[in-house]
Amino acid sequence: MNWTWFHKLGSPKWFFLWSKSYALPLFFLGSVALVVGLIWGLAFTPADYLQGNSFRIIYIHVPVAILAQSCYLGLGFSGLIFLIWQMKIAPIFIQSIAPIGAVMALIALVSGAVWGKPTWGTWWVWDARLTSVLVLFLLYMGIIGLKNALDDVALANKSVAVIGAVGLINLPIIKYSVIWWNTLHQGATFTLTEKPAMAAEMWIPLLISVIGMYCLVASLVLWRMQSIILEREHRSNWVKQEVMNNGF
Amino acid sequence: MHPVRKKRLFVIMIIAIILSTAIGLVMYALQQNINLFYSPSQIALGEAPRNASIRAGGMVVKDSVKRHSENLSVSFDVTDFQHKVTINYRGILPDLFREGQGVVAQGKLNDEGVFEASQVLAKHDEKYMPPEVTEALKNANGIVKKRP
Repeated sequence: MNWTWFHKLGSPKWFFLWSKSYALPLFFLGSVALVVGLIWGLAFTPADYLQGNSFRIIYIHVPVAILAQSCYLGLGFSGLIFLIWQMKIAPIFIQSIAPIGAVMALIALVSGAVWGKPTWGTWWVWDARLTSVLVLFLLYMGIIGLKNALDDVALANKSVAVIGAVGLINLPIIKYSVIWWNTLHQGATFTLTEKPAMAAEMWIPLLISVIGMYCLVASLVLWRMQSIILEREHRSNWVKQEVMNNGF
Repeated sequence: MHPVRKKRLFVIMIIAIILSTAIGLVMYALQQNINLFYSPSQIALGEAPRNASIRAGGMVVKDSVKRHSENLSVSFDVTDFQHKVTINYRGILPDLFREGQGVVAQGKLNDEGVFEASQVLAKHDEKYMPPEVTEALKNANGIVKKRP
């Protein structure tokens, strides 16, 4: 197997030049999809037969909850990659994605609480799903805190990679918490194997918002990575060249 | 792969296996504490402690909800389709409380095996439908039932 692309990806310079042209299109695509999905879902989709209009919060809650977990999946695996292959780009990715994932987890928790009050009758309950997502948020906060607390960059990168990789164990717990235990949170509406337990006119805008959220987060992560790369490599020739040519 | 990297990958895999086994065992041991509520079957089999604050959950049995005519007292049965538990509650029920829907109640199981609830939460399922579809489904069922 040819691993050149994989090793190339590890070089900040190569990554910067490769990713330069993707961030802006992704940002526009994501914003448009998100606006369309949200307006469709919040204003035009019919209300739920039981929950009424309060069900519309899924158009915010579900995309951010999915992204909170996806961001962590990326973070954890780049932690592993850093520990094994020592790729320079991996800690930059972790540093870039951690605050975004944390914001996603926080919005998921808050919007879930706002949803829980009218539907369940309580803001918060210590069931397995809610608690494991809270742990996810705390993992993000721990990673951000540790990265900023350690002045030794090499040590900080390594510790953050270890925490990130160990925290991966939380993801299957979040996913299967509603199956393994009795929880107040309902089971998954969407599975890969079965038809969604939701009417098409409800899940299509949801799908659009989820795709939009993925694109938006991807563009934000790329921008953050690019600025960290520029800052770290500001003494190198290719950065000087880049600034001269494009005038950032 | 480079031998050093191979070794690192190997070490990390061993750590991952040990760690997930440990966490798996911990969660298996704590299963009863992680479960948010006791099911009616667990209560019927005597697995739930008496006179201690616990949660019970299940589906509200159709036509079992009895409201007191003068105060907010209400009693209803919950089931997991195997056993039933009667729940007494005094207070305002959540909007989503319906017969045939899931609930989780916090309270105590008294000596008669009746659950005295201090809080009732509604649990909703993973299905979402527009109201017209529900109407259509109900009508369809009605038509089916009317046939001999």
